[in-house]
Amino acid sequence: MKKKNQSSLSNKYWLLILSGLCVLLMCLSLLSGSTGTPFRGVANLTVIPMQKGINQIGMWLSDLSSNFETLQAVKKENKTLQEKVDELTIENNNLQQEKYELERLQELYKLDQNYADYTKIGARVIGKDSGNWFSTFTIDKGSNDGLKVDMNVMAENGLVGIITKVGPDWATVRSVIDDSSNVSAMVLSTSDRCMVRGDLSLISDGKIRFEQLENNDNKVEVGEQVVTSHISDKYLQGILIGYISEINVDSNNLTRSGYITPVVNFKNLQEVLVITTTKADKNGTNKDGTEE
Amino acid sequence: MKRKIITGAVIIVCFLLQCTIFNKLALGSIKPNLLIILTSSFGFMRGHKDGMVVGFFSGLLIDIEFGNLIGFYALIYTLIGFINGFFSQIYYDDDVELPLYMIAGSEFVYGLTVYIFMFLMRSEFDFIHYLGKIIIPELIYTMVITLGLYPLTLYINRKLEAEEKRSASKFV
Repeated sequence: MKKKNQSSLSNKYWLLILSGLCVLLMCLSLLSGSTGTPFRGVANLTVIPMQKGINQIGMWLSDLSSNFETLQAVKKENKTLQEKVDELTIENNNLQQEKYELERLQELYKLDQNYADYTKIGARVIGKDSGNWFSTFTIDKGSNDGLKVDMNVMAENGLVGIITKVGPDWATVRSVIDDSSNVSAMVLSTSDRCMVRGDLSLISDGKIRFEQLENNDNKVEVGEQVVTSHISDKYLQGILIGYISEINVDSNNLTRSGYITPVVNFKNLQEVLVITTTKADKNGTNKDGTEE
Repeated sequence: MKRKIITGAVIIVCFLLQCTIFNKLALGSIKPNLLIILTSSFGFMRGHKDGMVVGFFSGLLIDIEFGNLIGFYALIYTLIGFINGFFSQIYYDDDVELPLYMIAGSEFVYGLTVYIFMFLMRSEFDFIHYLGKIIIPELIYTMVITLGLYPLTLYINRKLEAEEKRSASKFV
């Protein structure tokens, strides 16, 4: 009997110690951002290399299966692609001419070239959030490759999300469809601003919600492009988020809201591009604003 | 010692499976929660302490890679492991029903806690919607996986226990 009491006592101690540790860690990570650093180092040594390995095996397998595609299909594709190349070459020439013209005009107006050429680093997605509640994922580059928190992440020419956590050889990205994500955006044609909010209930439909678009005389139609806005604290200006798929006037008659179909296919994300300039670098400010 | 190493390996393997391969096996963007199965089954198979320790490390792994707040998931999983430990008194090896109920219960409590702290606190009040879209589907999928994973943990546990008994009897 005595032995049993002892063991239940030690169980209570274990419970106290472990939950105390958890609470302590939570408090510490609330108070200072650097608490996670040692843990991230541990993850870098243990879990991340294995995730990279599994990912590589997966890539190898999918390569193998795609090799079995018949030569004929490839030939056919080659033919259509060749036609496309010709077509695009002509188009490109035209565009080149227009580009030179634009450059001249920009110089004329002394316009700053805002977002044409950010430097980007390619990275591979090696793991996704273990639960079903959030959509964050891990990539295989980290602070050793010069990544920092708040860098924007793109894929397929559209915005994917923002880096929220950086380890030595890995980083965690919160995607724009995540429920806790808020992006200040604008409609490209009218420059009217709105908020793009991730929504858990829309993830399976592949859509994101936008809100607080001013209900003014500017006509906004389905299919228009939505890009990140110039007032955002963390997102660089002019990155394409998606196309409006539905728009309604809110019941208050002051604002409009609706849904956006993102350009990025979040379901099969394999490679992403990280823009190595943050908005804070660009503005020359160094404040730790939490507002986005 | 051997038990510790094997348990650690099982946790890491389950975590890795969950955030790599199970993304491809997700049904309707819902994937099962292997770590809950592990925490819960160690809880009622081995008692409070093992359940808590397994839960703590499972949660910590999630916190490090995906959580915003280090310690949040660790706390949830630790408590789930502890609560499951109470049932180690009435658990016996060949019981099939209790493990299923326990894991289902743990999974539900987990879903509920995450909803309350991560969503309700941000004034997302549509509980029925989250219940139907996330909590229940995840629970069902987890139960399906349990049918495969639980016998495996049971098998590992039996093997280890048999070995421990043998090495203990050597000393006598």
